[in-house]
Amino acid sequence: MPVIEAKDLNLTFQTNDGPVHALKDVNLAIEKGEFVSFIGPSGCGKTTFLRCIAALETPTGGSLTVNGMSPDDARKARSYGYVFQAAGLYPWRTIAGNIKLPLEIMGYSRAEMDQRVEKVLDLVDLGGFGKKFPWQLSGGMQQRASIARALAFDAEILLMDEPFGALDEIVRDKLNEELLKLWKRTEKTIGFVTHSIPEAVYLSTKIVVMSPRPGRITDVIDSTLPRDERPLEIRDSAEFLAIAHRVREGLRAGHAYDE
Amino acid sequence: MKSVLPILTVLAAIVVIWYGAAVGLNSKWTYDQAARAGQDVSFSQLVTDTMTQERPVLPAPHQVAKGLWEGVAGQKITSKRSLVYHGGVTFSATMAGFVLGAVAGILLAVGIVHNRAMDMSVMPWAIASQTIPILAIAPMVIVVLASLGIKGLLPKAIIAAYLSFFPILVGMVKGLRAPDGMQLDLLRTYNASGSETFWKLRLPSSMPYFFASLKVGIAAALVGTIVAELPAGATQGLGARLLSGSYYGQTIQIWAALFAAAALAAVLVIVVGAIEKVVLRKMGMAR
Repeated sequence: MPVIEAKDLNLTFQTNDGPVHALKDVNLAIEKGEFVSFIGPSGCGKTTFLRCIAALETPTGGSLTVNGMSPDDARKARSYGYVFQAAGLYPWRTIAGNIKLPLEIMGYSRAEMDQRVEKVLDLVDLGGFGKKFPWQLSGGMQQRASIARALAFDAEILLMDEPFGALDEIVRDKLNEELLKLWKRTEKTIGFVTHSIPEAVYLSTKIVVMSPRPGRITDVIDSTLPRDERPLEIRDSAEFLAIAHRVREGLRAGHAYDE
Repeated sequence: MKSVLPILTVLAAIVVIWYGAAVGLNSKWTYDQAARAGQDVSFSQLVTDTMTQERPVLPAPHQVAKGLWEGVAGQKITSKRSLVYHGGVTFSATMAGFVLGAVAGILLAVGIVHNRAMDMSVMPWAIASQTIPILAIAPMVIVVLASLGIKGLLPKAIIAAYLSFFPILVGMVKGLRAPDGMQLDLLRTYNASGSETFWKLRLPSSMPYFFASLKVGIAAALVGTIVAELPAGATQGLGARLLSGSYYGQTIQIWAALFAAAALAAVLVIVVGAIEKVVLRKMGMAR
């Protein structure tokens, strides 16, 4: 059974300029352990779709299940961790304190919290930084801390909304590499929104290409790249470039009747 | 040193202008006296006389300084002439009103942020309350409460609270709403309750706004207390000192009381600022 399944999903926002069709007839199934990227120009509904999965938006039509439940039940069951565009760490809490935030809300014991903080800080390569305040860390480190925060509790799904969009390319490459390692170690199902073609192709087992007005899926590409071993150099291989080409074609097709 | 020089320059300029104004404003009395005695007044006589009048229109700076010094250090602090005594009376009512106002402002802000009905209904009233001249309602409050047998500190504290709750209310509403959509969404993904959102996100986020509004609020509380001390009957406090000074034309006494009030306000704001620094540093929000 798929972990996330959307059938004929529709979402229309009512705005002052009339209705906006943010998602139109979206059909998608995400299996356990997949790394799925959503790529498309702004306004294509990729973030909206992710927010629907997280029950931060409510679809106006069709069905959507997460872990076999409605998205809202899945949210209440704390089935996913969500990483936003900005790290959004609380400036008045240390890094460890920020990671404890979801654990406090979910009622973990003090000893368990400390142990988990230690574990996830190591997982994102921030061991020893627990006592620092967010402003003492670089942007990339802050974003890693926010990923650690999403990993601290045992959600099997990790939803990431352009987490590295605000970082420079060198830091982004490094974090992409680390994210793949982390995905392999934790075996989580990851939904990842991006507008970078190399990032989507490099990370994903499945790439969902979307286009705007109305927001819809134009192509779903199952990656042929090896799942276990993906060094950064793989981005120069012919196979990689072929997938990137197909993504670009899909994006262009979506733009065809834009005018 | 660099910051001291401009301050001293401005201060010197103010003193010079003040002395000039004192000569100009007080000269009428000097000329009248001289005319009555049928004498002429030379310029140097004019200057010395305008500096040393008993009840000048505008006392010269050194007269005010002398009055202030005598009021603060020249009396036993229990004396009715001591500015320390009157300042203490005003201070206690200010603090009582400030605490009342802060509590009321915070509670109303919490209600406004969490309750849509309160959001729609309370704010217009709060704004309307501040458009009524405090000078007009202060005597009524004092008289009404006095008829109920409530005298002394409490009526003054209520008027101080009336002025100080508003900036704290506005600051706290702004502060409690400071978290952006993303931060609220994050807590939603954890399925956090309303009270968890309040204690873990809204309240800590509001702290910088809170302290900024406290500084305005404590100064407003002092103004409220002094205004409350003006209506007839008050015999204690800096406001009463201002009033009796104006009854008997004791301009030096008025100015000395004014400066005492200004100094008190400055000290209060500085104290709040110091507390702000300590708290924000402990929270890790000051760099």
